[in-house]
Amino acid sequence: MTPVAEGAALVGFLAASVRVATPLLLAAIGETVTERAGVINLGLEGAMLAGALGSALGARGGPWAGVAAGVVAGAVVAAVFAAWVVGARVNQIIAGTAVTLACVGLTGTIYRQAYGAGGARLSLPTLGPLAVPGLSRIPVMGPALFAQPALTYIALALVPAVWWVLYRTRVGLALRATGEASDLAHAAGVPVRALRFWATVFGGALAGIGGASLVLAQVGTFAEKMTAGRGYVAIAIVVLGRWHPVGVALAALLFGAATALQFLFQALGLAVPYQFFLMLPYVLTLLALAGAVGRAKAPAGLAKDE
Amino acid sequence: MKSSGLIAGVAALALGLGVLAAGLWLAGYDATSALAALWRGAFGSWYAFTSATLVRAVPLIIIGLGIAVAFRANALNIGAEGQFYAGAMAATWAGLHLAGTAPVIAIPAVWLAAATAGALWVLLPAWLRLRFGVLEVISTLLLNFVAESLVSWMVQGPLQEAKRIYPQSDPIAEAARLPLLPGTRLHLGALVGIVLAGLVWYVFRRTVWGFELLATGTGPRAARVSGRIDVGRVTALALLWSGAIAGLAGGVEVGGVSYALFQNLSPGYGFTGIAVALLARLRPLAIVATGVLFGALEAGAGAMQRDAGIPAVAVYVVEGVIILAVLLADAMARRARTAMVLPDAEPEPA
Repeated sequence: MTPVAEGAALVGFLAASVRVATPLLLAAIGETVTERAGVINLGLEGAMLAGALGSALGARGGPWAGVAAGVVAGAVVAAVFAAWVVGARVNQIIAGTAVTLACVGLTGTIYRQAYGAGGARLSLPTLGPLAVPGLSRIPVMGPALFAQPALTYIALALVPAVWWVLYRTRVGLALRATGEASDLAHAAGVPVRALRFWATVFGGALAGIGGASLVLAQVGTFAEKMTAGRGYVAIAIVVLGRWHPVGVALAALLFGAATALQFLFQALGLAVPYQFFLMLPYVLTLLALAGAVGRAKAPAGLAKDE
Repeated sequence: MKSSGLIAGVAALALGLGVLAAGLWLAGYDATSALAALWRGAFGSWYAFTSATLVRAVPLIIIGLGIAVAFRANALNIGAEGQFYAGAMAATWAGLHLAGTAPVIAIPAVWLAAATAGALWVLLPAWLRLRFGVLEVISTLLLNFVAESLVSWMVQGPLQEAKRIYPQSDPIAEAARLPLLPGTRLHLGALVGIVLAGLVWYVFRRTVWGFELLATGTGPRAARVSGRIDVGRVTALALLWSGAIAGLAGGVEVGGVSYALFQNLSPGYGFTGIAVALLARLRPLAIVATGVLFGALEAGAGAMQRDAGIPAVAVYVVEGVIILAVLLADAMARRARTAMVLPDAEPEPA
């Protein structure tokens, strides 16, 4: 390859990494808050799917109306889940599985009802890339990082914001205490159940934006089961990022990069079946978990309060 | 206890179907004819019951039993889908190489290959859990995606049909195919499910290992402190057996229904199997019943789509609502018991 082509391939690889990472980061940063409060939400996949369909339906009023609808859809799904696990204190893994199952059915049915049995290909108004003046001119990094759709910037901005709330505010302290030792937090006057409920709803809302970013900033249409397990991957990313916003952001970018490698290798013309590149991010995540988790500590009360 | 569980289950089913009917009515469908189509597709005739409902129920029952083994030790195996595919791949490979043998050799050989592959597929999560403390919920889940990609490669690569047109394998040898109940498409796998349910019941109720599973699942610290139970070993073995059983389900599906490997062989059996096991509260004999129930729902959903034009996926809403309703009923029963024992206790200690 010529140096120019190499540079273009590198920019393409970095930009694709960030693009793949965006919906995962949105969902994972929300789930970080949820898990820090002691709740693991396997309904995240359902919330993301609902957010994706909600954004497709809402986008009739423009792309930002779509994003808003995605947030509401994700939050509603998470609120149902939270009502069960926080209100009735049922097993979180089971309730999450059930919520995702119901969402697969509900989104599939509503989609066919709204757009016909064949599911005519929608063309929705999309959120185009938004170049940050100045920064986008930096060689290589500029076009990769600073010429992305607005939702990517929102995802990146959420990382320090969530860090600040978790580690520098009273609410964050109460939230972390809730996840580590809910009895002690309760005795200290922390509204444990309210915090858990809203932390879960927050996670669902962000998963909803994640679903919306998939529809409005990437694919431009909705398809059944289009999240294809991204909600579950987001949960793995939270573990890989050791329940810390910065770690989670790095883990999401790592997963994005591992996924984007296939575009790079295809450009290089390697004779490896593409399916192995599809496996790569999952295998890498698994290996990274083995290396990372040994030293990491999950919130002590995670999924414990039945 | 048992009858109250049954009542809760029936009430949950009624609620699930009620939600479906209400949703369909709101969406402008004819809910009555939809539910009638659902019933006809599942129980309307001997053929529908055996060839649609029970054929759908077999993989759900077998996977559900595998889930029960792991969940009983509180090893949360969410990767049955991947283990099912591992079993299906091994079964196809074995089935293709068994031409000319007798069925009494070919069929057990296929089952053995499938179960071994399923166990191998969960070996890495079991090891990661023991060695590094990686949550098996995450690791088994991630391997589902790897298995799906591996199947995709297999049917376009090493296991693709000789003609190399479609992404599927050649049909397995006649000898490796399971005998059918005359006049139906119901295969020997149904018997496998029932016998396996009896075996798992026996292991749970009558063996030391069954007790160790329960002790590990309900009180790992007490089990460890007792000094008699190696909690890590029990957990790992529970995962391996769980994977083997889910793999066997893949082998039975290839040998009894599809006769070949292709992508989307499983319409999410690995996930529905979790629901089947949980709804039965991990009780092996109840799993047979819940497996038939979910098999009926999914068979009926197909008929609903054909006859009433309602998307078959709607039935997943029913399944989700049933599980949530049972969870809620359990929680309320638990609360009522606590209130009886401790009349003056604070009702909600957060």
